[in-house]
Parts: sequence; structure tokens; C-alpha cells
Amino acid sequence: MKEILKMQNITKVYPNGIVANKRVNFSVNEGEIHALVGENGAGKTTLMKILFGLEQPEEGAIYLNGKKVSINSPFIAIKNGIGMVHQHFMLVPSLTVAENIVLGIEPRKRGFIDFKKAVEITEELAQKYNLKVDAKAVVRDLPVGMKQKVEILKALLRGAKILILDEPTAVLTPQETEELFEELLRLKEKGHTIIFISHKLREVKQISDRVTIMRHGKNVGVFKTSEVTEQDISKLMVGRDVVLKIEKTQHKPGEVVLEVKNLTWINEWGKPTLKNVSFSVRSGEILGVAGVEGNGQRELVEIITGLRKFDKGDLLLDGKIINNLSIKERRELGISYIPEDRMVYGVAAEASIAENLIADRFEKREFNHGILTNIRKIASFSKYLIEEFKIQCSSFNQKVKMLSGGNIQKVVVAREFSSGPKLLIADQPTRGIDVGATELIHKKIIELRDRGTAVLLISADLNEIMELSDTLIVMFGGEIVAYFDDLSKVTEEELGTYMLGLKKQSYEEIRRVLYA
Amino acid sequence: MKILEIIFSTSFGYAILRVTTPILFAALGAVISDKAGVINIALEGIMLMAALWGVIISAFTHSAWWGLVAAIVSGVLMSFILAYFSLNLKTDVILAGIALNLFSSGGTIFILYLVAHDKGISSSLKSEVLPQMTLPLVNKIPVIGPIFSGHNILTYIALLAVILVYVLLYRTPLGLRIRAVGENPDAADSVGIGVNKIRYIALLLSGILASFGGAYLSMGYVSWFSTNMTAGRGFIALAAEAMGKGTPLGTFFASLLFGFAGALANNLQSLRIPSEFIQMIPYIVTIIGLVIYSSSQVSRIKKVKEQ
Amino acid sequence: MHREVLFEIVRTAVAILISLFVVFLIVFLVSSQPTEALSKFLIGPLSKVRYFSNVLELSIPLIFNGLAISIMFQAKQFNIGAEGAFFMGAVAATVVGITMNLPRIIHLPFAIIAGSFIGGILLFIPAILKSKWNASELVSSLMLNYILYYFGIFIINYYLRDVNAGYMVSYPLNSSVLLPKLMVGTRLHYGIFIAIAMIIIMYYFLYRTKWGYAIRMTGLNEKFAEYVGINVKKVILYAQIIGGIIAGMGGAVELLGMYTRFEWQKLPGYGWDGIIVAILARNNPLLVPVAAFFLSYIRIGADLMARMTDVPSEVVSVIQALVIMLIAAESFMAKWRHTMVVKRAKEEFYVNNGGSLQ
Repeated sequence: MKEILKMQNITKVYPNGIVANKRVNFSVNEGEIHALVGENGAGKTTLMKILFGLEQPEEGAIYLNGKKVSINSPFIAIKNGIGMVHQHFMLVPSLTVAENIVLGIEPRKRGFIDFKKAVEITEELAQKYNLKVDAKAVVRDLPVGMKQKVEILKALLRGAKILILDEPTAVLTPQETEELFEELLRLKEKGHTIIFISHKLREVKQISDRVTIMRHGKNVGVFKTSEVTEQDISKLMVGRDVVLKIEKTQHKPGEVVLEVKNLTWINEWGKPTLKNVSFSVRSGEILGVAGVEGNGQRELVEIITGLRKFDKGDLLLDGKIINNLSIKERRELGISYIPEDRMVYGVAAEASIAENLIADRFEKREFNHGILTNIRKIASFSKYLIEEFKIQCSSFNQKVKMLSGGNIQKVVVAREFSSGPKLLIADQPTRGIDVGATELIHKKIIELRDRGTAVLLISADLNEIMELSDTLIVMFGGEIVAYFDDLSKVTEEELGTYMLGLKKQSYEEIRRVLYA
Repeated sequence: MKILEIIFSTSFGYAILRVTTPILFAALGAVISDKAGVINIALEGIMLMAALWGVIISAFTHSAWWGLVAAIVSGVLMSFILAYFSLNLKTDVILAGIALNLFSSGGTIFILYLVAHDKGISSSLKSEVLPQMTLPLVNKIPVIGPIFSGHNILTYIALLAVILVYVLLYRTPLGLRIRAVGENPDAADSVGIGVNKIRYIALLLSGILASFGGAYLSMGYVSWFSTNMTAGRGFIALAAEAMGKGTPLGTFFASLLFGFAGALANNLQSLRIPSEFIQMIPYIVTIIGLVIYSSSQVSRIKKVKEQ
Repeated sequence: MHREVLFEIVRTAVAILISLFVVFLIVFLVSSQPTEALSKFLIGPLSKVRYFSNVLELSIPLIFNGLAISIMFQAKQFNIGAEGAFFMGAVAATVVGITMNLPRIIHLPFAIIAGSFIGGILLFIPAILKSKWNASELVSSLMLNYILYYFGIFIINYYLRDVNAGYMVSYPLNSSVLLPKLMVGTRLHYGIFIAIAMIIIMYYFLYRTKWGYAIRMTGLNEKFAEYVGINVKKVILYAQIIGGIIAGMGGAVELLGMYTRFEWQKLPGYGWDGIIVAILARNNPLLVPVAAFFLSYIRIGADLMARMTDVPSEVVSVIQALVIMLIAAESFMAKWRHTMVVKRAKEEFYVNNGGSLQ
């Protein structure tokens, strides 16, 4: 087997200081299907973006057929025979399939686009690779699986010998996935090389020849797929390099605070992303929600906090229905929320730390002095929180955007924790922040729990979810597939099988999470 | 009853086309820039500048055609400035447009004063007017003839431009790229299309169309330049483009609606309604049209979500 | 923090210098007496008390409109109907000033309140069209300006026109409604104190009340504002109503301070000037008077230059356009700022990570 691609010592530091790739070596043989696996945030996509010229590495070199190349734009990547099918399709919705495929290299007749030729080109190409598409259909109307085929054809028309697919099955139904795999095998027969990013191990086993495993920005192993089991891969993927032990006492659950009943959500493409989800969170308890991202967690959180309207199912807080309450009314009832994306929802980056800290309570009497705001109170309150949550800053008047990621997250956490919440929803509370901030936030979550707050913890970090949660549900495909009331009896491997949809508990077992 | 008499006269039909022409040019300019994903608020200022340069250069060269060329050159320069600031220096395109409009409204007076020693009107300049055209055969047809024949040549160019813009956007590689850039710049980028380059081209084309509209105002609609003679037509054009859903044909019909309102305003002056109210008509129609259009968009999005 | 402020000051100064430089070039090109023209332009306003007073007089409407636009821009609303609201504020004050006969202590405040009230109602129109039907407030407020202009002219023309005056003006206003002059021999009037009061009130409103806080957070990050429970739609509405109130008040004050009859034949353009002022002042009420003074100064300077030399005053439109575009340009001098930021980020990175990537 001839090595077609080698990436050597790739290091990528994002402007916000996150080190996404740490001296990664990655090599692919000609004509193989090579799986690149790892958890979210392991650095797979970054590595591929570097290969496709969308990101520039700080260090490292790329060799194609043994020759060193510098790829600083997708245009150069395409010229070098590299094609990429992104997770979010790069298609123009209002154009037809043929127009999307020939965009930028349009066939012409007397200066005009030769639409007939474009359709011919598309159909010929589709024929050649046996990827059936309707060349004249408008892309907007196509199902996701079709759009993906268009993307693949686009890359092939531009002469891609190496094809990168970024989590291609994430949006597909099982049937579409099977079809895709057949197509990939045919491409392989024709001599194309395929890099397949995934965290679905069953698929990796099924389709790939070799597999490279990444964790925390590093390459932690390369294997012939046939020589490893799913369990082996899973262990390397999620295995801990630093064992993070969290000190906490046995939880003493009280009354049910939040009850979610038969929640169903159908997305804009008519695909159900939440199917009849029911569970309860009790006071003084941390209920973890484990699961690979995109299995309904985001929809669940947005519905509970009020950011998303819904119509099927019920939400009860302390036994009262809160389905139609506004965000403000929900907050007043004691719901706090650490959002997944702190820069979009968590803070106003151009505002000061103090202004961000009082955002959910600026109307309360204690922060106002007649019609004016009580700046002394705001100052003392901010100083208290800055100290309590160890926010590193020059003063409470500093703009939030000047802080590091960890300190920005501490601002969010300080605000959400200090309102004395009945229910805390923590969505990826420590993603992408340093160890110190992570520890502090974990400690604070446990403090809240001990004071009787019900905590719903959503995290893609297995380490975090295993250590922090008292009880745990696992989500897969918009459903709860497992419930554990005693985490000491669960291993990560076992959890992994539920997260990947390999196993599902019985209805009775899952029902226990309603405590009724 | 007198209103109906006015509306159903052939001279009113003629007036609609006459009033529509400058709005249509600018609205087609808005179509192109909007398709590329940049809002061109500067249409108003570009038209005004073009109207002035058309008059000045036609007076100096004694040729309306050179005047038209000068008008277009001024439009290209103005849109180049807009493109440079919004695309290269990342100035908010709306603020840059507002700035250019302010520049035009003062700058035209400045230039007019230097050239004609007057701050209001260019009557001291012997400027030329672009020719009117009698359409052979068509002018013999009753009703149709008096409405469609005998317009300024730019009116016919405007009608032709509807087709040209359509062909450009939907039949040429450039048009395909313009639409791709406006709809999904990442997609365009990922196949190696220079997004900024396409937007530059779109803004320049948009400016050229608007300057045709400006030239028409001072060398066809009337035969002089007066300060702020565009009177919001550039902004009305933006509304017309929005109401026309950004398509050349839809924009043409929306422009006709505003042309109708404008012609009505011009013709009702003889009625016993205060002229101020009549002059408001085009602007009120614009707001109503905008509201109807926008609310239909909102309910459409709702429907998609509910399904 | 300090670095940011310093950066903005330097940036503004450079933008102004570039614009002035371009104007100098133009003056040298078109004028036969360029040095004379430039000296009139630059120091003319300082040469006589009356000229300097002109600068202050002109600052007043610019301050009102700058404040009105600032508050709407703070909420990220591109409502530029301040022009029409200002005009109608003056019309409303004219109506009150001519048709009523009241003691000064009631009449004058009532006229100003009437102007403010009308302004508030009028700018509510584009605001509600946006929040109810999502119609662009930019386009609808632009159209509104024209409608209001014709409507105002209609009121003056049909009900209040003094046919004996020889040109189109209203009847004289009752003297009980006029704002007294501050200094004999100038037109500087007590309106400047109202303007100063509004600066302070608006500063406090924006930075020291919960309503102002909600406006600023909505403008800075609408998603964040929604997530912390702020009623974003309501905020967007009242920000524009307040903008209208200030613009309308400005119109009333301008009319009552500078005129004895309603004399405008066209829109005075102060609403657009308000945009320039707001951009220069970074939407901060405390900086609005500085920006208004600057704009007013170059205007009066240009007027003096036009009066005494052969350069028309409209040359300032070049300065205005360039200053707006340069200050609003994100990438203008961004390289300089970026090197500053990167240097600091690197320092921090190495401190936090012990100088290594491992």
C-alpha cells in the first residue's frame, strides 16, 4: 500500500487560545477508507479543515504522494485533488443540482451557461459513480441524503482523489446510511481514497480499512479496523488521561422539582428529534444526561428554558404546568441555565462584567434606587461574585470580551448560580475551558445541589458526567435509552454501548426516572 | 369621477411609464446588489450624482450621449467607493450608503455652484436632452400607440434592462455566481469563487443601472438638474425591489405600481385635493407595499415552521 | 479598557485628519485664494463672538438629533425618521404658539411638550411596523420623512399661512412662547440649557436606569437579552419612541429659539446630521455635545469661507461622508489594534501554559 497523504506534527491554536491539535501525525494510504474517530472536541474536524485549506496550522507539514505541499485555501486543496463534504452542506438552496455541481466551472455556449451541458455533465458523473441524483431538481427540495450525494459529486467533478467526509451519517436515516456505504465502497474500487470522520463505532467497523483515534487534540492510536473491537476503540476514544476525581457526598434527593412528560419535538424537516421523552429531576440531585451530541439534548434544553416553543407534551415545575410561560416568568420561578454557547447566549461581550452579572435581576428592587440603578449595590454585588467565583479581571468594569474563555464562563456561572435557583440546567458547563475553572464550576454545582437545587447536567464529556452526576439518563435518537440510579455500578464501556445505540433498557427500567 | 377619467386616459398610461423609468433603473440596481447579498442604500446618492454629471458634461460637449457616459462613470466611481469601504474596510454597508447619500446631496450642490454659479438649479447650463423615440408601427395602434410610443430612449432601455438583468442573473455564469454568493457565500467560497470579487461586480453593475436612472431624471424627465431632485426615488426603488421579491419581473411590476402612484400624484394636481396630500401618495404607497410584502414573508416563514 | 479608549480616540482623530486633508486638497484645486479660504474655514468661527455664537446655536439641533439617533442606534434600530419627527415637532410648536394664548410659564413648556409628544408618536410608526410585520424600519422611516414633510407643509399652508407676509411663512408666534435670547446681539437662546439637560438625562437614562440597561443589552446581543428574560420587542419599541420624543423636542426648541414664524420650505436635514453626530459620539450622550460642536464648527467655518471667498460651503459634505465611513470601518486601523491584541493574548497564553503547548 502506497502512502498518499501524510500530515506531520500538526499544531493548531485557535485565536481564543484553545489548542485543537497538538503535534498530530496522520497518514492515509492510497485507495483505503480511513476512519478518523474521537469525541466531540477531539480535534478531528480541525485536522481535516487544515487539510482542506480552511484553517492554517501553527506548526507542521502536509505531504501528498511524498511531496510537501502548502494548502492555504480550499482552491489549492481542490487543485491538489482533495475534496471535502462538510457537515453543514455547502450548497446553494435555490439552485438546481446541476447548477450547484458546475458552480464556478460552468459549461458555456456563446457566453451563456449551457444548462443542457450542465445536466449532461451531472448525469454522466452520476452514472459513472452510480450516485443517483435528479440533475434538474432544486436543491432546497431535496432530502438530506440527496444533498450529500450532490456534495460528493461536486467534489468528484473537481477531480477529488482524496475525499473527506465529515460525520456524513449524522444526518442520515439507517437506509440512507447503507446506501452511502455502498457508494463509498464503489468509489474505493475506482481508486479513490476516503477519509471518514465519525464517532459511530459500528459504522467505523463496518466500512473502514484503518482507523485513527484522536483524543484531546492528539493522535492516540492507528489500527487496522479488523484487528480491534468496538470496545477497544471506545476505550481509547473516551479513556481518561487525567483522572478527574470530584469530592462529593452521597446525595439526598427530595421532592420532584422538574417533571417532563411525553415531550415530542419534530424538526423543520419533519424528523422527530425528541420522541415521547419523560423524566423527573428531584431537589438535591444532579441528573446527568449522557449521549452523543445531536441526539435531542439541545432541543430538550431549549424547550425547558423557554427559548423554543413546543406543542406536544408537558413541563411541570413543582407540580405546576409551565408550558407557556415566558423566559422571564420561568426565571422568576427559579430556573437557571448555563447555555451551551456562552458567546451567543451567555454574555453580552461588549458589556462590562458587572452588567453581565446583573442581567437576570437588573429590574429587582435591590438593584435600583428609585428610578436609578443602585451602582453601589451593583458594585458590591459584582465584587462579591468576582471573589466568590474567582473571576480573574482588572475590575468589574472590564469588558467581558477581554476575559479568557474560562473567566467568561465563570461570569455566566456566577450569575446563574447566585440567583438561588430551584432548577439549574447546565449545558456543557465546562466545555473548552481550563482545568482550574472546570474544578471551580464542578465544586459550585455540588454546593448548589447540597443546598437543595435540582440540577440537570448535559455534557458530552463522559468524565464529567460520570463524576458529577448522582443519577443518569442516556439519550440516543431523541429517546431516553437508559436510566442509572447508582453510577458506581456503571462502567464507561457500558455507558458507551447505550450512547452508541447498541443497547437499550426495558421500558420499566427507564420509567423509574419518573419516581412515581 | 374625474379621477377615473384621468386614470383611463392614454396620457395617464404614458405618464406611468415616464414616472416608472427612474425608479425601475434603480430598483433593478437593487435587485443585482441584493442578489449578491449587499444592500445598496446609496442608490439615491448615485442617481443624484449621475443626474448632475449628465447635465454638466452634456452642456460642455453639446452631446447628450457624452452626458450619459459621464453619468455612468460617476455611478461607477460612487459604487466603487461604496464597495471599497464596505467590502475591504468592513464599514457597515448601510452606514456607508448613508454617508454616500449625504456626500451626494452636499457634493452636487458644491459642484453645481462651481460650474453653474447657482446652488439650486442648472438652468444657466445649456445641457442636452436624450432623444425621444417614436416606435414605428406601434405608434399607429390606437390606445397602445399613445401609451408606448414617443418615450425617451432611456424608458425603452429601462424596459430592455428588465430582460437584460433577468438574462444576466439566470442565464450567465456571472449571474449564477452572483446568486450563489448572495445565498450562501461559504458554498461559493468552497468551490473557489472569490466572494468579494463577485460583490464588487454586483455593486458596480448596480451603480451603473442607478446612474441610468439619474441621467434620465436630468436629461429626459426634465432638462435640468436641481438639488435633491431624486426626492427619495432611490429609497422607493429599494422598497420596489423588496416587494418584487428580488426578481427582475416582480420588481418591474412593483416599480410600475410606484410609477402609477407617482403619475397619479402628478395628475391629480388639478383636483381640489390639497397638493401636499397628493404628493404624499408615492411614499404612502411605498410604506403600505412594504408592510404587505414583509407581513406575507413572516406568515410564509411561520407556515414552513408549522409543517 | 484604557487601551480601547485610546485606540478609539486615535482612530477618530486620524479619520478627521484624513477628511480635512482631502478638503484641503479640494480647496487648493478649486479656489483662487486657497490660504485665505482655509484660514476662514479653520479659524473663522473664532474671529468674532457672533460667529462663535453661531457655532453654539447650530449645535443645539445637532445635539437633540444626535441624542435621538444615539438611543435608537444603541438598540440597533436603523430608524432615521428623526428628520421628520424634528420637522413635525417644530410644526406642533408652531400650532401651539399661534393658536393659543397662555401665560409664558405655561405656554412655552406646553409648546415644547407638544413637539415632543408628536415626535414620539411619529417614530412609533416605523417601530410598530417593524415589530408587528417585520417591515424594515430603515425604508419605512425614510418614506415617513417625506410624508411628514408634506403633511407639515400642508398644516402651515392651509391653516397658519400669513398671506400678507409675501412669502410662504406662518403667522408670527405669540411672544409668550418664544425662548428668550441668552446674549444680546446673538441668536443664542435658552434652548441650549434644555439641550444640556437632555444630554444629562439621556446619559443617566441609558447608563443608570433599568430601561436604559435593557436598551443597551438588546443592542449589544439580542439573543443574550432574550435569554436573560428581557422583553426585546418592548425595548425596541420604547427606544424608538424616546428617540422620537427627543427629536420632536429638538424641533420645537429650534423653532421657538431661532425663529418668530415657521419659515422652513424644506426639511432642514438635521435628522441626517444626527446620524453623523451619533457615529462620531459612539452613541454616548456625553460625547454627543462634543461631536455636535465639531460638526457645527466646520459648518459655520465653511459658511464663513463661502461668504468671504469663492469656495462653496457644501465642501463639508466631503468631511462628513469620509468621517462616517472611516469611523464605521471595522478594518480601518484594525491591523494596529490587532497587533496590540495578539501581543497581549500571546503573553497571557504563555503565562497560563508555562510557555509550551504540551
